Amino acid sequence: MSIRSQIQSNIIRSYLFMGVFTLLVVLVAYVFGQATGYGDSYIGIALLISVISGFISYYFSDSIVLAMSGARPADKKKDFHLFTVTENLSLAAGIPMPRVYVIEDTAMNAFATGRDAKHATICATTGLVNRLDRRELEGVIAHELSHIQNYDIRLMAVVSILAGTIAYAADMFLRNLWWSDRRSRDDNRDDKGIFLILGIVLALITPLIASIIQLAISRKREFAADASGALLTRYPEGLARALEKIGKDHEILEGATNATAHLFITNPFKGKEVHAWFSNLFNTHPPIEERIRILREM
Amino acid sequence: MTPVYVIGGAVLLIALFVWSMYNSFVTLAEQISEAWSQIDVQLKRRIDLIPNLVASVKGYAKHEKSVFEDVTKARAAMMKAETPEQKGKASDVLTGALRSLLAIAENYPQLKANENFLQLQNEVSDTEDKIAYSRQFYNSTVMDFNVKTKLFPNSIIANSFGFKEKPFFKTTEEEKKNVKIEF
Repeated sequence: MSIRSQIQSNIIRSYLFMGVFTLLVVLVAYVFGQATGYGDSYIGIALLISVISGFISYYFSDSIVLAMSGARPADKKKDFHLFTVTENLSLAAGIPMPRVYVIEDTAMNAFATGRDAKHATICATTGLVNRLDRRELEGVIAHELSHIQNYDIRLMAVVSILAGTIAYAADMFLRNLWWSDRRSRDDNRDDKGIFLILGIVLALITPLIASIIQLAISRKREFAADASGALLTRYPEGLARALEKIGKDHEILEGATNATAHLFITNPFKGKEVHAWFSNLFNTHPPIEERIRILREM
Repeated sequence: MTPVYVIGGAVLLIALFVWSMYNSFVTLAEQISEAWSQIDVQLKRRIDLIPNLVASVKGYAKHEKSVFEDVTKARAAMMKAETPEQKGKASDVLTGALRSLLAIAENYPQLKANENFLQLQNEVSDTEDKIAYSRQFYNSTVMDFNVKTKLFPNSIIANSFGFKEKPFFKTTEEEKKNVKIEF
């Protein structure tokens, strides 16, 4: 597939998943509402909590992640290659240059964060910068800049708000069942019975389904970022070679946590990469071999 | 619905379409101007770097007269160039001359080790990369604009308001070989 059709198909697929996700939220809202008799207020509260926490983490995503990773601002002389590569690729993308940070760590990784191109940050580890040559570094930085350009950070924030809403609603529903007053519900018991059962089933499985969808969206956007990056550098081989080197490096990045894992160029919890289909559903990033193969076929 | 409303609605829709199309043409044209001035900024930066670079190489390799002459001539031609076509040609010639100048360093180990020279070399190579990338962005914006002027029904609007196809910043054969200088 050509670069442009790669970008397009992955973005379309991520939107399809979003649509399915939204339908899921609506279904959950309806069933819970019917089962408890509280109507929409359930999902309303869950949505509110999720939006507030999601918004805070999204708005301050760059400061939070940078503080957690112990990063320092990049210096044009000390980090000449990282700095000039970011400068040049921003020129190619026609976006203002993001702030550049460096993490002193021998593990090889990089991430991008920020809600739009004007408030963006790119960060790389010294391990990555020292072990990649300039063309490979360009591939990695182009991938990160593409995340910014494609508004992936914004999309994933919305997705995690949706997933959070389902998780909170399911939690509240199950608690309510446990603590509720049985008397008031005897009146239309038969009517609500089916919804009750359906509600319990949904409360148990939808958080899991939400996670799977969230991760599927994340993987599609990773593919799209690979392709967009290749369009920027006009040299997919650069990123392919970089991914090969990164794949061989088994060091785990200490500063990463589950909350920030999806921002990095490759899963920072390297040791856990198992290739069974089932476990791949729970990976924020597609398998490295597949990414390299697609890049080399462009 | 009475015919008046139908026709009125249709006219309104068409007017809105023309309005938004016109605005997007104007926006793209401005983006192209801005992209072009970016290229100009980088071209000028390269011109400014050259005297120091030449001085630094001359310090160790006084006898390579022909190369120095080529660079000086190419630089003068670059400064005189005005239209995009002239600038494109002059830029390619200058890139070639600079490549020969930097290649000299291979034969003079003392020059290669010189801090000042190395820094200037990095800066010139980086500027060449910047020229290549800003040129790439310019061309891709021009492509978007040109495609838009050709699509139907946008082409009608483009022709009525005088939005014409813009030229790409083309590479000559020489530059096609090796656009980015290896570090």
